[in-house]
Amino acid sequence: MGFVWFWLVAAMLVAYVVLDGFDLGVGILHLFLARNEQERQLMLRTIGPVWDGNEVWLMASGGTLYFAFPLLYASAFSGFYLALMIVLWLLIMRGCAIELRMQIPMGVWKSFFDGLFFFSSALLAIFFGAALANVIRGVPIQADGYFFLPLWTNWQIGVEPGILDWYTVMGGVMAFVALAVHGALYLAVKTEGDLQQRAREAGRKLWVVLLLLTIMSLPASVIARADMLNNYRNYPVLFIVPLMVLLSLLGIIYFIRKSADRNAFACSCAYLAIMLVGAAIGLYPRLLPATTGAANDITVENALSGPHTLHVGLIWWSFGMLLAVGYFIFVYRMFRGKVSLDGSGYEH
Amino acid sequence: MDALLLHRIHFAFTIIYHYLFPQLTMGLALLIVALKTIAIRCRNEQYNEAARFWAKIFAINFLLGVVTGIPMEFQFGTNWSHFARTTGGVIGQPLAMEGVFSFFLESAFLGLFLFGEKRLSPWGHWASAFLVFLGSWISGFFIIVTNAWMQHPVAYRVLPNGMYEVTSFWGLLTNPWALIEYSHNMSGAVITGAFVMSAVGAFYVLENRFPEHGQIFLRVGVIAGMISCITQIFPTGDLHGRYMAKQQPAAVAAMEGLFTSQKGAPIVLMGQPNEEKQTIDNPLVVNDVLSFLIYGTTRAEVQGLDQVPRDQWPSPLTLLFYSYHIMAGLGTYFVAVMLLAAFLLWRGKLFHARWILWPLMLSFPLPYIANTAGWMTAEIGRQPWVVYGLIRTSEGYSKYVSTGNSLFTLLGFMGLYCVLSVLFIVLVYRIISKGPAIELSSAPKGVPMTIA
Repeated sequence: MGFVWFWLVAAMLVAYVVLDGFDLGVGILHLFLARNEQERQLMLRTIGPVWDGNEVWLMASGGTLYFAFPLLYASAFSGFYLALMIVLWLLIMRGCAIELRMQIPMGVWKSFFDGLFFFSSALLAIFFGAALANVIRGVPIQADGYFFLPLWTNWQIGVEPGILDWYTVMGGVMAFVALAVHGALYLAVKTEGDLQQRAREAGRKLWVVLLLLTIMSLPASVIARADMLNNYRNYPVLFIVPLMVLLSLLGIIYFIRKSADRNAFACSCAYLAIMLVGAAIGLYPRLLPATTGAANDITVENALSGPHTLHVGLIWWSFGMLLAVGYFIFVYRMFRGKVSLDGSGYEH
Repeated sequence: MDALLLHRIHFAFTIIYHYLFPQLTMGLALLIVALKTIAIRCRNEQYNEAARFWAKIFAINFLLGVVTGIPMEFQFGTNWSHFARTTGGVIGQPLAMEGVFSFFLESAFLGLFLFGEKRLSPWGHWASAFLVFLGSWISGFFIIVTNAWMQHPVAYRVLPNGMYEVTSFWGLLTNPWALIEYSHNMSGAVITGAFVMSAVGAFYVLENRFPEHGQIFLRVGVIAGMISCITQIFPTGDLHGRYMAKQQPAAVAAMEGLFTSQKGAPIVLMGQPNEEKQTIDNPLVVNDVLSFLIYGTTRAEVQGLDQVPRDQWPSPLTLLFYSYHIMAGLGTYFVAVMLLAAFLLWRGKLFHARWILWPLMLSFPLPYIANTAGWMTAEIGRQPWVVYGLIRTSEGYSKYVSTGNSLFTLLGFMGLYCVLSVLFIVLVYRIISKGPAIELSSAPKGVPMTIA
């Protein structure tokens, strides 16, 4: 049961990163790619009808994490207290920036929310990347299962690290670049003409940075957590995962060159998903490793909810997910095709 | 500063602010479905214009509900980690179900409802409004199930490692407390929606701008208001009070200011509880009424605070007393205003009766206060327990989060929510001052899409 729920929660988080990832990417890029008001509106329209639904994956994974692994939810959320609160504030700002921009047709008003959209999207990407890096590096969990991390200490990896150190900052930068690429490729799918060209161009340039960071991330992760590769060594067949990461990266640039935007975007989705799966494989069965010794690790076993909870949960969860996937297919079908400035955003 | 108190204020502030929005969302969603139904059934285009007008306010209100709601789901873990850890196997379930069954539904159909009118058939658009309504009411249900378990834990067992888990899924969802609380709460949300709609209607009629739309708002608002204000007291409030008297006698004694047990207990209409002397200062009481309300007979004995150990008194006691009295007092006022207005509507005199239009216009903040006071009654009444009778609030909070950190984030939320309040007021003011005569263009030219 623990194995099942570990991967169900992981799958929900992957869905969140892949889906809301392009919203964040559009937020990061829109200041630089749009040359005028029309293009800016067009870019917002590419995510308008979907961003809220995408964000729900975060809410739903948070709730699922809560009931499947209460100890992890309690320990991690209180331990990353400050960072989590900042993420909440950024999510509030991001939502308002997208929705309120068009409420008042005034240059200053719009510019303010444009800036806020960039600021919140960029920092959210960085914080999400840093969060994953924190989980890989581990946190100073005490014997009672709790910990508290300040935002930063000496920027070093150690027994008493901060939320930000060189490794987690690297994770943040990497997420920033990866989601920017992801957003650029999504824009290439949803727009036409000049804007589409610029999006492809941005994707192509950022791809180089992403390649470098991806290659660096492997040794860096092994420095941060030496036993990250244990599962891989025990089951060498799993080394196919890093190989697939590389393949999906190469796929991105190959399809950008061919102007096959949908395929390039699909490769980017695969890249994000496989990176996360790779990290999850490295962690399993740990959910949150401790820097204070393996005895304090939060694992699938010691964090798992009671058997009846999980059994019943599986039934309604599967049913609910079927419904949710149905809604998503419906919404994305309604919204398929390129966006344009006339109509509601549901027309093309 | 005291860590426990700070964490309580942190949760109280963020939840009270958050709930200002969902209560209107849930109430208005129902009224918009009503407007759209009338528009289709009676082929009256003005009702469609009315629905479109309220959809604009709904969109902004919904957005603020969503963004201020995100912190709630995470705050169990951040500020109440020990409570979250022990009870996640129970209340994590309804919280996760809210996301899975309600948020996905709402997010999928809100955009269609707000911007898809041109694309959909009238009934198709009606369906999108109905699904948004359904989503918001499902969401409310799961939150109430969560709260009801904290008020009245059922269908659980304690595992050897000290964690709680559900023993019966249906037992959790059909907790009697949840069903009573849900009906009382949803009726309260409709009251907010009805008063807000009536207030805007009264404003337009008094101002003689868009008077026809104003009359529609008044008609729908007053009828919905009359029904919901009555159900708020009877049966839902009555059931809730009597059930609570059985399950949480300490809370009811404190709410009513009953320090000593007595037969033929009086009801205190007004007064100031004096915790030290255990009396009510300046009391305005009616004898025997409390016994009658709870047990149906004037001679029944009602348990007072003297039968509750001092360390199990709800705190802050006086705030509980006032919250309850504010809620009940306003509820009585609501029935009076709405019954009167409904009577005038029936006699065809409402739209000219300025003396009732004025209070209708000015009363819209009061349901917000009453709903907040009601929730404070429930939540303070539960004290000193975070899960009634099982886990004390003082054991539940995050011990590793220092007061410096929790005060920092509390102030952060206060600052951010100040800005949100200003934005909300400015934007809703603009919509109301522009008025409901909007042509059917799903999105005025240039407006992107956005759904909430």
